[in-house]
Amino acid sequence: MNNKKEVNLDMKQYGMFLALIAIYLIFAIMTGGKNLSPANINNLIMQNGYVVILAVGMLLCVLTGNVDLGVGSVVAVTGAAAGIVMVDYKMNMWVAIIAALVIGVIIGMFAGFFIAYLGIPPFVVTLATMLMGRGLTYTVLQAQTKGPLPENFVFIGAGFLPTIKVPFGDGTLDLVSIIVAAVVSVVLILSEMKNIATKKKYNFATNPMWQIAVKEAVMLVIVWFFFYKLARYNGLPFVLLIMALLVGTYAFITSKTVAGRQIYALGGNRKAANLSGIDTKKVFFWVYTNMGILSALAGIVLSARNASSTPKAGDGFEMDAIASCYIGGAAVAGGAGTITGAVVGAFIMGILNNGMSLYGWSTDIQKIVKGAVLLGAVTVDVISKNKKG
Amino acid sequence: MSDYILEMNHITKEFSGVKALNDVNLKVKRGEIHALCGENGAGKSTLMNVLSGVYPHGTYSGDIVYKGETCNFHNLRDSEAKGIVIIHQELALSPNLSVAENVFLGNEQTSAKGIIDWTKTRKKAQEMLEKVGLEHEDVNVQVSTLGVGKQQLIEIAKAMAKKVELLILDEPTAALNDEESRKLLDIMLELKKQGVTCIIISHKLNEIEYVCDAVTVIRDGQSIETIIKGVDEFTEDRIIKGMVGRELTNRYPAREGVKLGNTIFEVSNWNVFHPDDGNRQMLKNINISVKAGEVVGLAGLMGAGRTEFAMSLFGRSYGQKISGSVKINGKEVELKTVKDAIENKLAYVSEDRKTYGLVLINDIKENMAMAARPKFFSSHGVINGNDEIVAAEEYKKKINIKANSIEQVVGSLSGGNQQKVVLAKWMLTQPDVLILDEPTRGIDVGAKYEIYCVINDLAKAGKAVIVISSEMPEIIGTCDRVYVINEGEIAGELTKEEVTQEKIMQCIMAHNRKEDGNE
Repeated sequence: MNNKKEVNLDMKQYGMFLALIAIYLIFAIMTGGKNLSPANINNLIMQNGYVVILAVGMLLCVLTGNVDLGVGSVVAVTGAAAGIVMVDYKMNMWVAIIAALVIGVIIGMFAGFFIAYLGIPPFVVTLATMLMGRGLTYTVLQAQTKGPLPENFVFIGAGFLPTIKVPFGDGTLDLVSIIVAAVVSVVLILSEMKNIATKKKYNFATNPMWQIAVKEAVMLVIVWFFFYKLARYNGLPFVLLIMALLVGTYAFITSKTVAGRQIYALGGNRKAANLSGIDTKKVFFWVYTNMGILSALAGIVLSARNASSTPKAGDGFEMDAIASCYIGGAAVAGGAGTITGAVVGAFIMGILNNGMSLYGWSTDIQKIVKGAVLLGAVTVDVISKNKKG
Repeated sequence: MSDYILEMNHITKEFSGVKALNDVNLKVKRGEIHALCGENGAGKSTLMNVLSGVYPHGTYSGDIVYKGETCNFHNLRDSEAKGIVIIHQELALSPNLSVAENVFLGNEQTSAKGIIDWTKTRKKAQEMLEKVGLEHEDVNVQVSTLGVGKQQLIEIAKAMAKKVELLILDEPTAALNDEESRKLLDIMLELKKQGVTCIIISHKLNEIEYVCDAVTVIRDGQSIETIIKGVDEFTEDRIIKGMVGRELTNRYPAREGVKLGNTIFEVSNWNVFHPDDGNRQMLKNINISVKAGEVVGLAGLMGAGRTEFAMSLFGRSYGQKISGSVKINGKEVELKTVKDAIENKLAYVSEDRKTYGLVLINDIKENMAMAARPKFFSSHGVINGNDEIVAAEEYKKKINIKANSIEQVVGSLSGGNQQKVVLAKWMLTQPDVLILDEPTRGIDVGAKYEIYCVINDLAKAGKAVIVISSEMPEIIGTCDRVYVINEGEIAGELTKEEVTQEKIMQCIMAHNRKEDGNE
């Protein structure tokens, strides 16, 4: 039936990834290479850690065809809780982390309960949690900033993994980063080989060898560039580890587990999902509970990086997270989208922010540009899909 | 030739290199009802989209001569301005607006300054409704409160309001019951008297035989022949021959050598109340039983409660205050959720595959694995992708799903192939009892035959199969035994030997009389 043993690489799949590289290079030219510096690469990771964390959780909401507007407020509430526990009650970091996570779970379950079991539209429920969360934050913090937070807590947001520094050129080089880069490279190559082998085994069409080679080469260059820059700075940020673990876990959940695929089925056709034995209420409940947990995690990372809890924390983060998902190709109607897409989307937003700041544009201008990028990305996505059909 | 209102000559339309229509010719006489017949994917809808300007002039070759002049339509508005109106299968009504507003949707009755004149709208809507036999309908009610049959007629009224001369109906009776269909067909005959020419696309050959003056058969994107009433032999079998290119001697494959086993499915004293109205009893004291290897039909009119019965059995997906008992393989089971039902080896293939059966944006494999995944294709919640691929490939081959690969998106498949995907999805859950609700609705003759073969295979494998169908010949052709359901009750039971269309109708009529007598 299918005689085509080779098909060209579907470039649409990598469109946003290429856009990410292009944007980065444009800013590299505009800022005279300022955004290429090791310190800036490090900043990119640390500044965008929480957006990536939120985008991962938000993708699940977007897959159901909805969004969660409350995440920014939950970030603030949980950050505030952590701050109060440590500063006012002088308790240790672990209590603070647990308190923040528990509050995140409770808010998530609260929203999930209304959405799943009472059938209230998610937009309304999360608009309510957004208002309530922000109000609660101002109340418990009495509109004051709480800080400074203890050193070991700040590590979560601003710390680095252990390093083995050796002198190199005009500075030092962290061998741990280099080792990690090597491991990542090997894993990338092996997984591609396994992928090809599986396709051949089931007689699926594969991509031409040269295209695969180019793809792998591009990815390896990026990996080495990235880790080399980090190695020249302070080594691997702790936030990078959190991000890598989250992205890996959630990519696995969404693509390889029954629960993950049930979210896609629900988003694609809720009635059909129901009649296929999927408890769609339960799925909704856990998707929003999960969003609460990840919001709490983002709250911890953000307050750690700032070394303080402020009532304005996380303001507008929900929009960044939602935009990341859509830029990353998730369908507004639900049922389609990937974790990697959302992460790429988050980094596009991050690189734009970072590049524009370096170039000296005000945050007001930045908002205009981000809005235009969101609109442009989704427009291109929708139009190219329509053409296909 | 002036007596042709429409001539479509040598129409060829390509989609990225594939010819969907290849030199198609269609000639329709003024004032006749002309049917377009063909299997799904033969090109009927494409042809009508060319005619109505959905595919604008220039994207196809060939010419359209309408009322003696060559037409180059660039969009729907162009063709509507000439009096060509197409009514699609999916109705284009806005459910929350009033009947009157819908009749003039896109054609609003306004005063000079573009402000809607409500009095005029209602008055004119009333006139239009009279033309389609809905003179007793209140033009102020919301369209969503009306049944599908009436909505279909409102679509026609809407077309009448646009001064239609050539009305195109794409499967107008697909969602209607026999009575409603009959009414619609009679309205068509009435419109014919008023001088409206109709083109109808339909799979229901008995309806075509009843109402049409001529049939053009399309097969694989080519017009095969035009059969004219009164000139040629005009029977269902003759039309089928044209459609499939051979004579289909037996529309229902014989099921041989199946030994009936023990009763494996038994429902007793089943009572269900309406989901929104706890006082309204929808199903009363239903008792049925099915043996292993037996195919049992549930016959009845639309709204008799057959789908409601099936859904209420299947994890209480319909109704409230459900009572009664279900035995599967001799063991009494509680099926409180769909998951319970699947685990107890019951499967229900819904009547509406697009709404309740498939996730159209997902691929074949994903859809097939959806219901069976928790039990058969995963361990500890992690999916075993290879097993899914193997199973999907196996079923694709086994029940002959025509698709490029198991990674093709199901939304792009034809109705027949979509139905096969839904069947495979449920077969993969390895059920002992299958309820098939309208398994061949809206699919072509060839695909129907293949579905019947699947039913036979299931019976041979010792499954208990329940078929719900509004097409009586289908029930009669496929089932060993038939329960007639009427107004939520079993009105009668007929064996294969005694069942005929007349007998089924007699059961319903007798039951109706008894009901009336009781009240």
